Amino acid sequence: MTKKEVNQDGFNQAMKEILAGGATRTILSVLLGFLVGAIFMVISNKEFIEGLGYFFSRPGDSLGAAWQVVSDGYGALFRGSIYNADADTFEKAIRPLTETLRLATPLIAAGLGIALTFRVGLFNIGGTGQLISGMIFATFVATKVELPFLLHMLVAVIAAIIGSTLMGALIGFLKARTGAHEVILTIMFNYVMLYLFTFMLREQSLLQGEGIIGNPKADPAAENSLLPKLLGDSYSLTWGLILALMAVVVYWWLMERSTIGFRLRMVGFNPDAAKTAGVNVNRTYILAMALSAAFVGVAAANQTLGTAIGVTPSSHANIGFDAITVALLGGSTAPGVLMAGLLFGAFKAGSPSMQVIGISPEVLGIVQGAIVLFIAAPPLIRALFGLPKPQTSNVLGKLRSRIFSRKVTK
Amino acid sequence: MKLELRGITKRFGTLVANASIDLTVNPGEIHALLGENGAGKSTLMNVLYGLYTADEGEILLDDKVQKFSGPGDAMAAGIGMVHQHFMLIPVFTVAENVALGNEPTGVLGTLKLAEARQRVLDISKQFGFNVDPDALIEDLPVGIQQRVEIIKALSRDAKVLVLDEPTAVLTPQETDELMDIMRQLAKNGTSIVFITHKLREVKEVADKITVIRLGKVVGSASPSASTNELASLMVGREVDLKVDKAPAQPKDLVLSVDAVSVLDDRSQRAVDSVSFEVRAGEILAIAGVQGNGQTELAEALLGLRPVIKGSGTIKLGDKDITEASVKQVLEAGVAFVPEDRKKDGLVAEFSVAENLMLDSSFKSRFTKGLNINLKARRKIADDLVQEFDVRTQTSDSPAGKLSGGNQQKVVVARELSREVKLLVASQPTRGVDVGSIEFIHERIVAERDEGKAVVLVSTELDEVLALADRIAVMYRGKIVGIVPPTTSRSDLGKLMAGVSA
Amino acid sequence: MSSLVTETKIGFKAPIVMAAIGLVVLVFFGLLGRDGMANFQISRRQDAIQLPDVPIDSSLLGVVSGILMLALAGFSLWLTLRNRKTRMWSISIFGFLGIVSLLGWLAADNSVPVSFIAGTALVLAVPIVLGAMGGVMSERSGITNIAIEGQLLTGAFMAAVVSTITGSFTLGIISAMVAAALLSMILAVFALRFLAQQIIVGVVLNVLVIGVTNFLYQQWLTQDSENTNFPGTLDIIKIPFLSDIPIIGPVLFENRITVFAALLIVPALWFVLFKTKLGLRARAVGEHPLAADTVGINVARTRFWWVTIGGAIAGLGGAALTIGNAGAFGREMSGGFGFIALAVVILGRWHPISASLAALLFGFSIILRVWANQVSPGIPSDFITMVPYVVTIIAVVGFVGKSRPPKAVAVPYVKG
Repeated sequence: MTKKEVNQDGFNQAMKEILAGGATRTILSVLLGFLVGAIFMVISNKEFIEGLGYFFSRPGDSLGAAWQVVSDGYGALFRGSIYNADADTFEKAIRPLTETLRLATPLIAAGLGIALTFRVGLFNIGGTGQLISGMIFATFVATKVELPFLLHMLVAVIAAIIGSTLMGALIGFLKARTGAHEVILTIMFNYVMLYLFTFMLREQSLLQGEGIIGNPKADPAAENSLLPKLLGDSYSLTWGLILALMAVVVYWWLMERSTIGFRLRMVGFNPDAAKTAGVNVNRTYILAMALSAAFVGVAAANQTLGTAIGVTPSSHANIGFDAITVALLGGSTAPGVLMAGLLFGAFKAGSPSMQVIGISPEVLGIVQGAIVLFIAAPPLIRALFGLPKPQTSNVLGKLRSRIFSRKVTK
Repeated sequence: MKLELRGITKRFGTLVANASIDLTVNPGEIHALLGENGAGKSTLMNVLYGLYTADEGEILLDDKVQKFSGPGDAMAAGIGMVHQHFMLIPVFTVAENVALGNEPTGVLGTLKLAEARQRVLDISKQFGFNVDPDALIEDLPVGIQQRVEIIKALSRDAKVLVLDEPTAVLTPQETDELMDIMRQLAKNGTSIVFITHKLREVKEVADKITVIRLGKVVGSASPSASTNELASLMVGREVDLKVDKAPAQPKDLVLSVDAVSVLDDRSQRAVDSVSFEVRAGEILAIAGVQGNGQTELAEALLGLRPVIKGSGTIKLGDKDITEASVKQVLEAGVAFVPEDRKKDGLVAEFSVAENLMLDSSFKSRFTKGLNINLKARRKIADDLVQEFDVRTQTSDSPAGKLSGGNQQKVVVARELSREVKLLVASQPTRGVDVGSIEFIHERIVAERDEGKAVVLVSTELDEVLALADRIAVMYRGKIVGIVPPTTSRSDLGKLMAGVSA
Repeated sequence: MSSLVTETKIGFKAPIVMAAIGLVVLVFFGLLGRDGMANFQISRRQDAIQLPDVPIDSSLLGVVSGILMLALAGFSLWLTLRNRKTRMWSISIFGFLGIVSLLGWLAADNSVPVSFIAGTALVLAVPIVLGAMGGVMSERSGITNIAIEGQLLTGAFMAAVVSTITGSFTLGIISAMVAAALLSMILAVFALRFLAQQIIVGVVLNVLVIGVTNFLYQQWLTQDSENTNFPGTLDIIKIPFLSDIPIIGPVLFENRITVFAALLIVPALWFVLFKTKLGLRARAVGEHPLAADTVGINVARTRFWWVTIGGAIAGLGGAALTIGNAGAFGREMSGGFGFIALAVVILGRWHPISASLAALLFGFSIILRVWANQVSPGIPSDFITMVPYVVTIIAVVGFVGKSRPPKAVAVPYVKG
């Protein structure tokens, strides 16, 4: 073989590895998800359906209507979540982006928590329960304690993280001790915590706000305990985003760089080998659930201390469940979860502007569900697009080593 | 029914599990298929039972060629099989298990359990099995479960009954009872294929013996042949696996095991009051047929399996590690090469480098505080890959993508590169190519010469003879003798069969 | 005897838990109980046979119940000391006493409409029961089904919309069952063919169904609810004579077809599962697929059909939410019933009848919460709602006894 042929082969192999890789599949899944959403928008569109009646004489009507509704819909999503070109000032034009960041904040933080359990081979459906546990602690500190500026906020954030962590640790303990499945435990604790929270918010002596009668609602968080605005008062984005980004970095360090994460991953891939290597698998499960919940606790802090309206039982905003889709789409890696959180945050931010033009933003829920469904079945995506099977070669790895001038062993 | 296999060949990739095997079993004959672990006996029987399709060759029943596409076909043709791992549903009753797949039904597909129960009782009575059709399988001792398997086969009118290592899980009394049953069945005209590696049993019950080694038929014998003769047929000529080594220079006492007993997963006493000592600078091999408690003993040494409370002690130097956790044992200076590297030794998804730090993740040369010291790890990994000749593209490649031999080299490299006093190596060369075997053997001897104590657990007689300074033979959970490596193969074979020398 | 006599020690958990609950009843409902009479209304005004109301002093009822419950706990202890299991009948009586004393405590100075509470509990429990039957079918054959929630929601949506558009409840019910079965097929295909993680697929299917129904609800149903989401409810059928029996009649024999369907499906599933060839094979596949394979049973096909038919039954449960109760589809109206069904499957140890009884517990807790709010507004009703979930947690962590799932559940079977 000539050198050129070798290079050609290497290139082809590298292409194959890229096509077989997770990134390609993720991108295709996202595109497919948008396609599914488009289909729903089209088939629920009146003009399109009316046009179908005379489709064969004037197909243009239907197709035009279809194009119109899809471009309107996704156009509104873009306007509502990234940049609003119609706004008079630049400040207003980029407000959508800040809203995306604001709404992505708890998704990213909680997504990291769920992602962590995936890496350990566990399945934490209890984001909601852990979130609420954190909110109980944070609400108590934010409404019943008086502390100076900044310190109050810090204490409240830490309280949220502690509250969530305790919940996670309890579930981990029950699993490790009794062998009960964490899926059922976490689902049940979601309900228990929700009703407990409602009860506490209904009791004047516990968390209910002063002067509120009957309704389960707390006082607004004290001024000092609120997360400060990040970009001034004209945007509602807070320092919560910074907390979430810090969480991303911590998660990355924990899973990729620390010895703790090394053992967590070891248990996730092969608990038998971990046991043989001296790792206490049960203790690792407890640790994993606690750490996972700690990340969820950051989301709890954000939900409690993000705005100065009193929390209610529905303040958890279903983040615990959305976080599962975030973790799945993000492949449980730090950058992946960050991107996935931003995408689904954008969905939330863009919803109102879709509503305005008469397209139900619920279509984004379909897009979200479809994306993760495709993600969950790699063979399906491979079959749909004729992608190669996972490669046994490691040309890319070699290339990477060469770029970073590493010694390449034979 | 007469069973005939002609030229059966079965390949898995490049591995030839069965090479053109011929076998004839006459009606009413007990035909023993004798061979070591991995000789290809079970593959052959799975071909016969329709679980695998042969690449070449044909199966004949009463001189008619058969085509089996699944176990259902084989059963319909009159072949019954008692698998080594029982195919019984633990939470079902005996009658339900016997009926499954062959259910007597009434209207609307209702089960006629009474009929199934009667079937069990009939067969049970005919052969004196004494099996309660209403008992749950999980409540039954293993010996009775095996009878249920036999009833299951007979209730489907099996004319050829294959018993795959049936005595591996039985107590001596249960084994004797099984042999009586086999004789009875044969007397009633059932042909029996008896797969085993236990010489005593073969001599006792078989009418005819076929010996298989490395996927080929290497000979046949009559049960009157001497144990020696059978053993040498089964084990084969001495493969030249000589390792150059000087005589051992044993020094200080490193490991002392005193009257240790251990339970297996089924809560049976797998290791029964075992005692031995190993000194620095010597290799003690624990030889024996698979399943005589070696695995459990090795796991107990590492702390993976608890020693029965109060039964005995394990000491490393002066330190009592009887109840220590795995982590404590590893930190006390023990290296461990597990028997099943895929399950216990490696994380397939991890890179070679990550696998090299698998059991040094707490505080070691791979770590810096809570951080993994990536620079150090890369350096150590690259060096070890070089030193142990691991054939991998880079030390970042996933370990799962390496060949078996190279995976094992990763495990060995990891364990030998730690500072330890004792190396426990279980089946260190199982499923490894010849080149790697040689390499691993040399490394183990080098460890000894550096003054470490080595416990080698191996069912391969060749390996034991090549490496050991002393040989402890285990049989039914006990050490039946500790002998020098100059002991002859036939004497070792007898010890492994439980005959005291 | 051929069977090995296994010496298992019966734990003291049952008597301890029973004694604790009995003590709570005695002290809080009895000694520290509330004054006033609780008026148990046995008959409704419209009933053919009128029985007089039974007024009982609230705290006296608590004391009596508490003492009887403690006695039962003592009986349980007595059995345990002799290494015998606590009897099922004694636990049933124990539970009955607990519920009666709770009702009496809540209704001090008020009336307890017995058949109304029991009947509503049953109607509310039907979706959970049918969802749980779908779960039992799926899990017994070895596939984890977290998608029950999605199946209920699908069924609820299809039943409401198709019934409205076609004007036929029959078509509505059929389409609910077919649509939910199709959803199950997705789960089955992903699990069996793509070997995807079953829990993940289940969760994701729920997300997808919530998305689709929310969208269609918003886009279609709210725009033109008259023509799309106005099915009304099924007629109430009175079974002659049987419905005249006091209490039992109105509760069991005066219902909509969805309730009767549930009352038939539960024993039918029990029969199929434990008394027929199909059931034996399904259970074998769920416990030990390799063993089933070696006796010639097609593992994948068995699992596929059990999951699919289970989905259809769950779909019927969804129909019970709309045309069997509410009369229209509402956003995310399954409201976690699917997850409750999942818990009920475990609580009932994968047994159709026990699971249904557990589902009744949940149905009961829902109506109790509503009713308690009316008769005694001061009572923290959130706690009453919490009880079944706490019971489930206690059950899975093994206080009530080890629940053992089908062994091969969630484990894909790959032919060697």
